[in-house]
Amino acid sequence: MKTVLLLGATSDIGQALAEKYAKEGYGLLLAGRNLTHLEDISADLNIRYNVAVRCYFFEALDYGSHSSFYEELPGTPDVTICIFGYLGEQERAETEWQECERIMDVNYKAAVSILNIVANSYQKAGSGTIIGISSVAGDRGRQSNYFYGSAKAGFTAYLSGLRNRLFKSQVHVLTVKPGFVNTKMTEGMPLPAPLTAEPQKVASAIYSAARKKKNVLYVLGVWRLIMTVIVLIPEFVFKRLKL
Amino acid sequence: MKKRLKNWGNYPEKACQVHSFDTIERLVSLCSAEDALIARGKGRCYGDSSLAEHVISTNKYNRITFFDVEQGVMECQAGVSLDDILRVAVPKGWFLPVTPGTKFVSLGGAVASDIHGKNHHKEGSFSSHTLSIKVLCGDGKIYECSREQHTDLFMATCGGMGLTGIIVSVKFKLKRISSAYIRQKQVKAANLDELLRLFETNKDYTYSVAWVDCLATGNSFGRGILMLGEHAERKELPMSMMEEPLKVHSDSKFNIPFNFPSFVLNKMSIKLFNILYYHKNLKPVQDSIVHYDGFFYPLDNIRNWNRMYGKKGFLQYQFVLPLDQIANLKDIMKKISEKKMGSFLSVLKVFGPQDDLISFPQEGYTLALDFPVRSNILNFLDELDEIVEKSGGRLYLTKDARMNKIFFQNSYPRLSEFKQIINKYNPHFNFRSAQSERLSIIE
Ligand SMILES: Cc1cc2nc3c(=O)[nH]c(=O)nc-3n(C[C@H](O)[C@H](O)[C@H](O)COP(=O)(O)OP(=O)(O)OC[C@H]3O[C@@H](n4cnc5c(N)ncnc54)[C@H](O)[C@@H]3O)c2cc1C
Ligand SMILES: NC(=O)c1ccc[n+]([C@@H]2O[C@H](COP(=O)([O-])OP(=O)(O)OC[C@H]3O[C@@H](n4cnc5c(N)ncnc54)[C@H](OP(=O)(O)O)[C@@H]3O)[C@@H](O)[C@H]2O)c1
Repeated sequence: MKTVLLLGATSDIGQALAEKYAKEGYGLLLAGRNLTHLEDISADLNIRYNVAVRCYFFEALDYGSHSSFYEELPGTPDVTICIFGYLGEQERAETEWQECERIMDVNYKAAVSILNIVANSYQKAGSGTIIGISSVAGDRGRQSNYFYGSAKAGFTAYLSGLRNRLFKSQVHVLTVKPGFVNTKMTEGMPLPAPLTAEPQKVASAIYSAARKKKNVLYVLGVWRLIMTVIVLIPEFVFKRLKL
Repeated sequence: MKKRLKNWGNYPEKACQVHSFDTIERLVSLCSAEDALIARGKGRCYGDSSLAEHVISTNKYNRITFFDVEQGVMECQAGVSLDDILRVAVPKGWFLPVTPGTKFVSLGGAVASDIHGKNHHKEGSFSSHTLSIKVLCGDGKIYECSREQHTDLFMATCGGMGLTGIIVSVKFKLKRISSAYIRQKQVKAANLDELLRLFETNKDYTYSVAWVDCLATGNSFGRGILMLGEHAERKELPMSMMEEPLKVHSDSKFNIPFNFPSFVLNKMSIKLFNILYYHKNLKPVQDSIVHYDGFFYPLDNIRNWNRMYGKKGFLQYQFVLPLDQIANLKDIMKKISEKKMGSFLSVLKVFGPQDDLISFPQEGYTLALDFPVRSNILNFLDELDEIVEKSGGRLYLTKDARMNKIFFQNSYPRLSEFKQIINKYNPHFNFRSAQSERLSIIE
């Protein structure tokens, strides 16, 4: 039986991924910092899809714990998906270092810390798939969310480097840029419906992109277009825009 | 950001702030931060029962946390839909103990409305099969209640329309089945008297309900088709069904993508529909083996069928009258046929005895009719209320969008007990819906 490790499994996108992989018959390793929540998800997926599910405590910011966390897993998961993230509050982060640092730490440092360990293990095994959920916000820094955006930009660059490094070891790396997704991270925000995906849609797009060994996934195609345009706007114009 | 929300009748509409949760921690923090909140599941009530300033959507709190396949006991978070429960239970040989006419309701909603099904006369309402409920109450604590512990909370939560707090999870007993099919019998009745007689002679059937033509007059007044059913045993199934005797329903096939313009539903088309429906059964008695989906949920196959009633929406009027009130039942139906205020499907059923605190069912006849929202409809329904009130009957809160509070207070005899329990568990009245304010349940 194939297995998938979901880092940040209690996120809405994580829960949708867990369901998708369960339907496809994968064994699930769910990792997150809320064990009771993970156990509810685990019981449910086991009842609905009759798959094996295990839950692990995982605190992304506790870098020191990452290698023992990974070693305790039963074997090497075939797929690892790094989902956790932290949007934070842009304005607060402009004046409060703690908030600013948290945004960088969760979205970049923590992801790098755990994926380094996974990458080394996959390289040794000569197989595996690593999927990182980054963001279109990393394609160009905008005043409305450039702390989050720059951390995700760092993560995107990291994933691209990792893909380059692991290619020869038959390890595949997929970068996901979901665009707007209707999750608790964005609840209450006025998101434009045509640009917003449901987590289930994100999950099935990720599943099939990984199978097809795609490198970069924009879940809704229009986002690739939008971001291409945004990236092309000359800086002297861009800096005057309210984005 | 406020959203304009409506429930199944598309009437009324209210601007609500919608919050969702998938952990208890998040729910507790939401409920302590806001006032004037009410739980909402799938929005399949018809009126304003699940509308408030702040709506707590249970849709993401939808995990099935326990299923004892041997005993048929299940525990689920409140946002799990009956649709999901069927998908899990049926293949293992279990069925819902009680089910409404649509599977797209949440378990929390099923408890809060204390739903009844076609088997009410034999198996009671949903609360009869509920083992225990966990409710988040006004003090921010979660109480587990049942017929043995916190009995008052249990009684007031079943049928309590969300006013004791947020139901977080429900443990209930399923019903054993050996096939997913129903042995169905349809019997035509030429008029109301014959129909009521047929209900009486067929009362041993587990499932019974009748469709009534409320527009027919004279000798045909109250004609209809009585639909009876039993879960089919495996050995009764034809070969084609034997291959997968515990087959789960499939997804709905049709969708009504927009609101119909109001002229589509007029007196003529409703009358025509009723005539066709009555005559579709050529034989007076028709036996068949049908899948549970078609038997219990004939309308679920058309998603958004409520849009047929147009943008202004519709009202469902469901009342119950004691068994000895046949004269008044006829009186109400006469008024409807005289006014040609007809309804596509009018559904008649006989309830068995039930004497709960605030649940709708009581022994007697229950009739449910849909009326498109038109200018004179509210006054007309007030007239019907008078007859219901003087007969000792009442209306189903989950279908109501317009009744006045005096009628409500007079028709639910144990209201003051219910209010006392709300005072105890929801002392600051944080949990209150537009409906509870309209009816002064919460003052
Ligand atoms: C086509 C159709 C057929 C129907 N047939 C029947 C029938 O045969 N028999 C029958 O009894 N009913 C029937 N109903 C009514 C339906 O079963 C009830 O209205 C049910 O409560 C809807 O559940 P919901 O999840 O959509 O709840 P909502 O409509 O969202 O809410 C209904 C009520 O339940 C409360 N509620 C919901 N979730 C919770 C919770 N977690 N905690 C506390 N309170 C909560 C709300 O506050 C509100 O008062 C039918 C409805 C439709 C649309
Ligand atoms: N929603 C969007 O529009 C959107 C768009 C682009 C990209 N994304 C990305 O998609 C991913 C999933 O987000 P989502 O939209 O599904 O939102 P979400 O439900 O809010 O998920 C965020 C998750 O990150 C976890 N997390 C945060 N800090 C953590 C920590 N220190 N240790 C462990 N876990 C931590 C949270 O855990 P808890 O459950 O314990 O709180 C939560 O599960 C994120 O990387 C996000 O940046 C989202």
